[in-house]
Amino acid sequence: MWEQIAANRRKSFLLVMSAALLLGLLGWAGGEYFLGKGGGAGGVLVALVVWLVMTLAAWFQGDGIMLSVAGAHRVQKDDFPQLFNIVEEMTLAAGLGRMPAVYVIDDPAPNAFATGRKPENAAVAVTSGLLRTLDRDELQGVVAHEMAHVRNRDIQLMLFAGVLAGAIVILAETGLRGMWMGGGRSRSRREGGADGNGLAALLAIVLMILAPILAQLIYFAVSRRREYLADASAASFTRYPEGLASALEKISLAPQRLGGATSATAPMYIINPLKRAGQAAANATGTHPPIDERVRILRAMGGAGFVDYDRSYREVTGRGGVVPKSALAGDGAQAPAARPAPDRPAPSTRENARQVDDFFYRKGGYRTVACACGTTLRIPPDFATPSAKCPRCGTMHDLR
Amino acid sequence: MAFLLVPVLVLLGLAAVLVMWGIGVYNGLVAARNRVKESWAQVDVQLKRRFDLIPNLIETVKGYMQHERATLEAVTAARAAVGGAGTQAQRLEAESGLTAALGRLFAVSEAYPDLKASANFASLQEELASTENKIGFARQFYNETVMNLNNKVQMFPGNIIAGMFHFGAETFFEVKDEAQREAPKVSFS
Repeated sequence: MWEQIAANRRKSFLLVMSAALLLGLLGWAGGEYFLGKGGGAGGVLVALVVWLVMTLAAWFQGDGIMLSVAGAHRVQKDDFPQLFNIVEEMTLAAGLGRMPAVYVIDDPAPNAFATGRKPENAAVAVTSGLLRTLDRDELQGVVAHEMAHVRNRDIQLMLFAGVLAGAIVILAETGLRGMWMGGGRSRSRREGGADGNGLAALLAIVLMILAPILAQLIYFAVSRRREYLADASAASFTRYPEGLASALEKISLAPQRLGGATSATAPMYIINPLKRAGQAAANATGTHPPIDERVRILRAMGGAGFVDYDRSYREVTGRGGVVPKSALAGDGAQAPAARPAPDRPAPSTRENARQVDDFFYRKGGYRTVACACGTTLRIPPDFATPSAKCPRCGTMHDLR
Repeated sequence: MAFLLVPVLVLLGLAAVLVMWGIGVYNGLVAARNRVKESWAQVDVQLKRRFDLIPNLIETVKGYMQHERATLEAVTAARAAVGGAGTQAQRLEAESGLTAALGRLFAVSEAYPDLKASANFASLQEELASTENKIGFARQFYNETVMNLNNKVQMFPGNIIAGMFHFGAETFFEVKDEAQREAPKVSFS
């Protein structure tokens, strides 16, 4: 398990290096094209500066940007006791030293993500739609999946990979646009006679078209593998694969589309927020594996260990294993058994729905007045009348 | 003398590699042992939390459950046993007993609709159920760290270094009885 984290760090490093190489190449080609022969170094410099600025921004502000783009609100234990308890439980199961901050997004589409550059300052965000639709076991499965991303350092990797992919896309777009506009000193030289610059121009064009695609592919390839691994870890944390399986099924069946997600932040969610329900999700550029496949793997596990997940993955997909050897070895001689399905009735989600309403009405500046008849009145912030009538029993409430 | 230089250098090199390996194994052992300590501290925090929640629980349910005096006394007695446990082994035994006693209390509470309707009991129930879960998850992680340490201590060739520096295997925190292994039947509705 700790070896797995170390391996992930190495992979992060390798990935960042290879993407940086791609970025440098792009910068060099762009420089040769726009700044004339020998301008490659200048181009590399420009590329490095763009990347450095973006990385610094991501390092210090990345989680904050991600959370504010998604419209997430920080919540405390009094607002959502059950959600808080679940996050605490999964923090213990994952063996993390510190509990991540908990955020709730006011969006009817059920989804969740984790972010942060280190486990110590990570954040887990869930949408209000998720709280409304999932029962306790399912919510636990989703939180476990996010906690696995935190524990395995996926959040860090995704942050850097996202930034690199973003820098490459920005540079390539700017370069291509510059070419269409006929910019660059090279044009006059090229007319003067063919030399090495023609080759540089060709290379620049090819790179500018290919680099963004390559960057996205690296990004997506990394993120898909992480999803399987996080599912496997979630099963081993909760000892209850069915919880996550049934949660994924419910999330994928929900018709709503998430508002605050972009293609840059999409790989961080538990389910790709940009895909419409019913649309085929599997292709080379998909950030997430198909959901029905993830559900089938989880349901065919039998046990709750990495070994069980790996075997189930082979059986369901027909492909090779997905769990690294170090994680498989972590199971030891006996893989942990899955918890049996609880015999209690499915818990109601009403309490969570009520907490969601309370929280966001409060955020919106609404006041609540409890009437003696048991009705709760919500008074909008711009309600001008000094008194309100209870719709149920007719009592007048003084609002001043 | 030159003919001696090569074998001496080779021997010195081998010794250096061996020492480096030994240092690596030793540090790995220390890290594993510290993880066990840390994860046990987490279990301990949750066990203490449960210990502190119980008087509040008894106070809340006492009025409703007049006919379940035996069940309530069993919980109080189990809690007292935890408080009085001397050795680690006794403590773990007593904690298992408390888990079982609480499970029975929650099971019988199903028969008291007035109690279940009480808001105080509902929030206390989520707190205790979650604490019970947290004990379970912290225990799960503790056992993972113990297995990691024990593997390092017992497997060849690391066991040589472990033996030299007196690293011992740790004991797992198991819940013995199959009935006790079941999480207490707590309804979240």
